[in-house]
Amino acid sequence: MILHELISYETLRLVWWLLLGVLLIGFAVTDGFDLGANMLLPFAGRNDLERRVIINSVGPVWEGNQVWLILGGGAIFAAWPQLYAVSFSGFYLAMFAILVPLILRPVAFKFRSKQDDPRWRTRWDWTLFVTGLVPALIFGVAMGNVLQGVPFRLAPDMRIFYEGSFFGLLNPFALLCGLVSVAMLVMHGSAWLQLKTQGPVADRARAYGSVAALLTLVLYALAGVVLWSWVDGYRVTSALPTGGPSNPLLKMVEVQPGAWFANYAARPWMWAAPGLGLAGALLAFVGLRLRREVLTLLASALGITGIILSVGASMFPFILPSSIDPRASLTVWDSSSSHLTLFIMLIVTGIFIPLIVAYTSWVYKVLWGKVDADAIAEGRGHAY
Amino acid sequence: MDLDIVALSRLQFALTALYHFLFVPLTIGLAVIIAIMETVYVMTGRTIWRDMTKFWGVLFGINFAMGVATGIVMEFQFGMNWSYYSHYVGDVFGAPLAIEGLMAFFLEATFVGLFFFGWDKLSKVGHLMATWAVAIGSNFSALWILIANGWMQNPVGAAFNPQTMRMEVTDFFAVLTNPVAQAKFVHTVSAGYTVASIFVLGVSAWYVLRGRHLQLAKRSMTVAASFGLAASLSVVVLGDESGYLSTEHQKMKLAAVEAMWKTEPAPAAFTAFGFPDQETRETHYAIHIPAVMGLIGTRSLNTEIPGIDDLVHRAELNIRVGISAYDALQKIRAAGSEAAVPESARKIFEANGHAMGYALLLKRYVDDPRQATPEQIGKAALDTVPAVAPLYWSFRIMVGLGMFFILLTATFFVLSARRRLDAHPWLLKVAVFAIPLPWIAAECGWIVAEVGRQPWVIEGVLPTAVAVSNLGVTTLLITIAGFALIYTVLFLIEMKLMLKAIRKGPEEHPVPPPAAYRAEADPEVAAALRRPPLAAAD
Repeated sequence: MILHELISYETLRLVWWLLLGVLLIGFAVTDGFDLGANMLLPFAGRNDLERRVIINSVGPVWEGNQVWLILGGGAIFAAWPQLYAVSFSGFYLAMFAILVPLILRPVAFKFRSKQDDPRWRTRWDWTLFVTGLVPALIFGVAMGNVLQGVPFRLAPDMRIFYEGSFFGLLNPFALLCGLVSVAMLVMHGSAWLQLKTQGPVADRARAYGSVAALLTLVLYALAGVVLWSWVDGYRVTSALPTGGPSNPLLKMVEVQPGAWFANYAARPWMWAAPGLGLAGALLAFVGLRLRREVLTLLASALGITGIILSVGASMFPFILPSSIDPRASLTVWDSSSSHLTLFIMLIVTGIFIPLIVAYTSWVYKVLWGKVDADAIAEGRGHAY
Repeated sequence: MDLDIVALSRLQFALTALYHFLFVPLTIGLAVIIAIMETVYVMTGRTIWRDMTKFWGVLFGINFAMGVATGIVMEFQFGMNWSYYSHYVGDVFGAPLAIEGLMAFFLEATFVGLFFFGWDKLSKVGHLMATWAVAIGSNFSALWILIANGWMQNPVGAAFNPQTMRMEVTDFFAVLTNPVAQAKFVHTVSAGYTVASIFVLGVSAWYVLRGRHLQLAKRSMTVAASFGLAASLSVVVLGDESGYLSTEHQKMKLAAVEAMWKTEPAPAAFTAFGFPDQETRETHYAIHIPAVMGLIGTRSLNTEIPGIDDLVHRAELNIRVGISAYDALQKIRAAGSEAAVPESARKIFEANGHAMGYALLLKRYVDDPRQATPEQIGKAALDTVPAVAPLYWSFRIMVGLGMFFILLTATFFVLSARRRLDAHPWLLKVAVFAIPLPWIAAECGWIVAEVGRQPWVIEGVLPTAVAVSNLGVTTLLITIAGFALIYTVLFLIEMKLMLKAIRKGPEEHPVPPPAAYRAEADPEVAAALRRPPLAAAD
């Protein structure tokens, strides 16, 4: 097959780096609101019916939303195998800590309303809360660690040696990033609940959401300041051919204070990303106060998009820097799949992502409108 | 290379995969059965078929949630526990997994929401489309997962790249049309249909025994018996072993499954019974049926099936070829640049690179395979024999149960055609007690396929022992204990909810007799209908 030569290896790598961003953003924007709704569940819903309204607002869609994460895992495996291998094995216990809630969450949704016992339901409500909080926190913590570099080495045969510990991940900057992630998803969940619910649930969601939007704004700005002042970036100091073999050990890298802001200095238009992050959170706050339902959800989605993009823009071309052997750092140019695999996967993605977006939009359209609390109370339909 | 890490990583993978595989076959099969039921509803407009769709849908939903929950673990585990594997074959293996998400799982997971929540929001046909999207999605899901798994058994269309130290795709079409993957897909999906059919049959039989929901139960039994008969015939006739002759290790798997130590003249005999002994390499108290094995394994009378001893000998030769490839690879890598690679090394690697995986089998005994002693080579060659007894027994349990499913579904198919489903209560009891059996058969099938693949994770390319992540034993014990605990608790809850939903039974809307029967055919009913209504209030 020579068809893949039509698109250069360099272009394909760049496209797949962007697609990595698209998948992360797709996950954060869709599954983000149901993780946020999970975190708000015990607080925005004060009785069984109110809680069922919240659960049913995400009930029909959370499963499809979560596929963004599964697809993200699969796409990283296919397009960035080294990234998949190093991050999943390095963050082993953190991954396990994400898996446990991901196992419990589908089950909690499905099982919660199958028994009438209030204790049974309360137990699952708190399970749902924890299964929203823990992934949100850990994803942020992981991002914070990636920005600081991760302690791994690569042997010449590419065997991975990780020298960190689980508790090493829980450092102050990473925890700050974790809080940004939690605040941002609570904001997003509130925006969703404002759209899908009414009455006291929506009012409480607005109250919590306003606080969360302001916290997102403040914590994100703070994380930026900390990143600038205390977190060292990485810089490639040798030649790094953009079409070269995917072998991270062929380059030289040094740690350099302020390097994570070098891209912004070189390409000032990149400031649009953090700008969007701040503006989105602010606009979501305004939207919640003004009860502009659709506007709030859009603003919060844009805020999340900006925040994720800003991390990518800071680090480019790095994807996963190594703190103990910087030259083993994974970059866009030396840790991808082969030219042919990237090409095939691009074709498949190019066909299916538009289809997925189309039918997902159709499903959301079918389900448009407020959750009908009366129908839930009367047990009509197959509601959770 | 710490063997404990390998053993623990394998244990965790087997635990989570076997557990995941409790839910997958039922999802695959029940999705199709539900879609068939709803199709009948939409075509005939009879509400009982909608009640059936909804009732089996409730059970489907409980099962589906568990399948989703445990499936995520599977995808994450390759990177978590098998990071060298992920690096080494991610270029090939990752693609079908990602395509599975794009093409199948998204479809299934997005529309499953509409299946449950869309009854009042969609037209009849619209809802039927959503149901079929779930069924098609879950079946496509199996296709892509088995293309990935088939490649582990028969790694076609890929080559080793010394610059990146990994396998890379050379011919994606070959990966897609891998004969082992095709055979596996048909076999596994049929197994899923069988599991779901026996499940529906058994639960319905329980209702008939209790005299409950008779109309719904009998119709469900008819669907399950006919669908199940076709599925169980397919699962046995189109067995997975059709792909077994395609590669060296598949031959080893076949020989191990049959405990066939020595090569026999074609067509080989089938060992119906016996006790395989891996130490002495013979099968005690063996009862042979002539020619059957040759027929099963090769679908022909004159193709020879090699025995285990011959295959071990061939493996030893492959290891020696692999060592020369390994040596050439070190020279290629030491050269630094493409131009500096000695011509001899390049030629040796081109000729022998296919066997390099065999050299990696020695990593268990020696760091540099080139330093291996003849004893170590002999040991590594013996390692290519998987554990014979578990394969031998799993295979026999699976096949025996498969035959029983054909008999069971055929019996109920005949009873259903003669409208005598409730004629023999003891047969109904058999159907109820048969419910767990297809799961046993499916799990045995997994053992045959995956234990039979050992010592390879990618057959002939990458030994399992080399593929693991460098994790601590304590770390692994924590996660194994964690998974075991969560999975046990969830299993108990799932069983409780399933049984509760079954005991509660469907919400039924009684079926009015057909119009033709009501008015013309029955004079009594016709007379009753002519009578004035009893009370206006009703």
